[in-house]
Amino acid sequence: MTTTSKPKTPLPEEPKMLLGNERKWTDYFTFCTDHKVIGIQYLVTAFFFYLVGGALATVMRTELATPAPDIVTPDVYNGILTLHGTVMLFLWIVPAGAGLANYLIPLMIGARDMAFPRLNAIAFWLIPPSGLMLIGSFFFEPPSAGWTSYPPLSLTTGALGEGIWIMSILVGGTASILGGLNFLVTILKMRVPSMPLTKMPLFCWAMIATSLLILISTPVLAGALILLAFDLLAGTAFFNPTGGGNPVVYQHMFWFYSHPAVYIFVLPLFGAISDVIAVHARKPIFGYRAIAYSSIVISFLGLIVWAHHMFTSGTPPWLRMFFMITTMVIAVPTGIKVFGWVATLWRGKIAYTSAMLFALGFIALFLIGGISGVMLAAVPFDIHVHDTYFVVAHFHYVLFGASVFGIFMSVYHWFPKMTGRMMNEFWGKIHFVLTFVGMNLTFMPMHELGLRGMNRRIALYDPQFTDLNVLATIGSYIMAVSTIPFLINAIWSWRYGKKAPANPWRALTLEWQTLSPPELENFEELPVLKTGPYDYGLGYIAEEDPEELYAHAVPAPVS
Amino acid sequence: MQGSINTTAEGTLNLAQEEAHGHHEEHPDHRMFGILVFLCAESMLFLGLFVAYITFRLVATEWPPEGTPELEILLPGINSLILISSSFVIHKADTAAKQDDSKGVLTWFGITAIMGAIFLLGQGYEYANLEFGLRENLFASTFYVLTGFHGLHVFVGLLLMLAVLWRNRDPKHYSSENHFGIEAVELYWHFVDVIWIILFVLLYLW
Repeated sequence: MTTTSKPKTPLPEEPKMLLGNERKWTDYFTFCTDHKVIGIQYLVTAFFFYLVGGALATVMRTELATPAPDIVTPDVYNGILTLHGTVMLFLWIVPAGAGLANYLIPLMIGARDMAFPRLNAIAFWLIPPSGLMLIGSFFFEPPSAGWTSYPPLSLTTGALGEGIWIMSILVGGTASILGGLNFLVTILKMRVPSMPLTKMPLFCWAMIATSLLILISTPVLAGALILLAFDLLAGTAFFNPTGGGNPVVYQHMFWFYSHPAVYIFVLPLFGAISDVIAVHARKPIFGYRAIAYSSIVISFLGLIVWAHHMFTSGTPPWLRMFFMITTMVIAVPTGIKVFGWVATLWRGKIAYTSAMLFALGFIALFLIGGISGVMLAAVPFDIHVHDTYFVVAHFHYVLFGASVFGIFMSVYHWFPKMTGRMMNEFWGKIHFVLTFVGMNLTFMPMHELGLRGMNRRIALYDPQFTDLNVLATIGSYIMAVSTIPFLINAIWSWRYGKKAPANPWRALTLEWQTLSPPELENFEELPVLKTGPYDYGLGYIAEEDPEELYAHAVPAPVS
Repeated sequence: MQGSINTTAEGTLNLAQEEAHGHHEEHPDHRMFGILVFLCAESMLFLGLFVAYITFRLVATEWPPEGTPELEILLPGINSLILISSSFVIHKADTAAKQDDSKGVLTWFGITAIMGAIFLLGQGYEYANLEFGLRENLFASTFYVLTGFHGLHVFVGLLLMLAVLWRNRDPKHYSSENHFGIEAVELYWHFVDVIWIILFVLLYLW
């Protein structure tokens, strides 16, 4: 894609540069404004919360192994359930996406940093207090009204826990808004002069769509939470029917954020997978413009489908009709994306690296989640399975199958760039197999459980559901175990992994045209585009045998 | 920076690089665009609250609920006029800054700040004389929360103006080339104004 004006410079030998791209570990605990440090801060913090949320999930599944409440009391279960949902969404997936965006956007567009570096650091440093507050609440009085916190339930489950929950989401939401603002301005204004919008990596397109959603919808959630806080703490009755309030208004405001939020969770990974697949299949991405514009279409449609979460909330039939149709229409742009990815794989020189395996898992699982999503969009079917495990199965296929697989995929793909070390491919594959098997074993049975009428969010269940629940619990243990090889692999590789060359995957996007890890201000000289981002197999970059390509032991000469 | 002689096409590219590289300490200023995006996001917060209010109102069988005293309109009307005219006053400060007139900035920002303060005092006076409290009924709650939330924004605007005035002690701090602070506060103040107009129509006139 690019060359700097001095293409023959042997990069790693110059001592000046080695100084530039090394970071002390203590830098990651400071208020640093370098987007690369902030990106890694986000990712590591998010992963910490993933472990917390995963531990909570494991306790829940252990409890659900038997129909009786034998491990934790139903009260504690409600708290764990609420924290699991909130932690996984607001403290794992959102910050992980923000971390990738922070690390990659300036590198991909050839900028030296984000548009507002200090704001960026502020946004990150709002996340730890928000998360610690939320987790800390577990030891006093955990919020217990589920991650949706519907009033009037949330007004009766304890003001302290609920108050902390609101505070935590408001702080995290502010971080998200500031991050989204930064991403949008950076992508629109800071690209190298030779990069028009239509030559951006697709990750940047996806981040434009994500940022727009964050900026449009998150403030509305903040409004809802402010009103809820007044109900909770000041005794007003906005959402409290006994005082003349209207709880359905809360549901509308909540889902006006939380449905687009689903796309905030998954769109960055839609972008990332478009980059990963083209590189590891050695083919130009199929339908660049279709994939790019479909991100924007998804973000627009995502804003007008929220009430499909409320088909049983007394929503009038004509309104249900509208939301059913718009929801089903979203299958079109997402289908375009899936088609584009599959067509890119078609007859590609596929290298089955860990990153590619997770990408393939992503497509397969997202397809299942997408299909059950269209099923749920149909009003009659939705009313039948509302609040059953079918819904739980659906959104875990999307959120775990797509978002989490996408995050792992991105880590395997960009780890060499971030740390200058390769990850261990063997343990990466073990990680993939365990995650994939565990994931399907946990969530596939939930479809059947839901169709048979098992209610979600409850610690007890009818004994007839025991068998499939045991299966799901075993699956969840496999998933819990699957984290261990990843964790050890990441930590070990960071320290002792094989040194990564600047461009281990022979990629054309700009982030690979600088050192691994990049020097302090990303590029010694700002790069100039010579090719599009995905012009693989067209002779612009050396195409070697995939097996050789991925077996790096020493820094390869940089072309 | 680049010593070698290039072909014409490459030469142009390298020239572009050189410019970008050489000036990268003073890269283009995107702060106003950032403020604009932020205010768009902020307006979504108000939009959410407005739509909530409209829904409460349309769904209610009787609005305002029985027994709510009528809102007095004269004082809030005067208050609104003061706030709206302050938007024109603050624009004079921007004009002054563009002419390197630091005294003008002081005068016009000072007047705007005083007008904002009068607005807040007027609202406080109105609160003190209302016959209903926050918890009276749904109308009262929405009234206090919406106007209070807007009042908070006015208050933040006042603080921003004081910050600008503080920096303006050095007459060279703002110049015709560099007066981002003044422009940003002006834009914010217009935003607060527009929000108030919508709020006034919704709460008092509708």
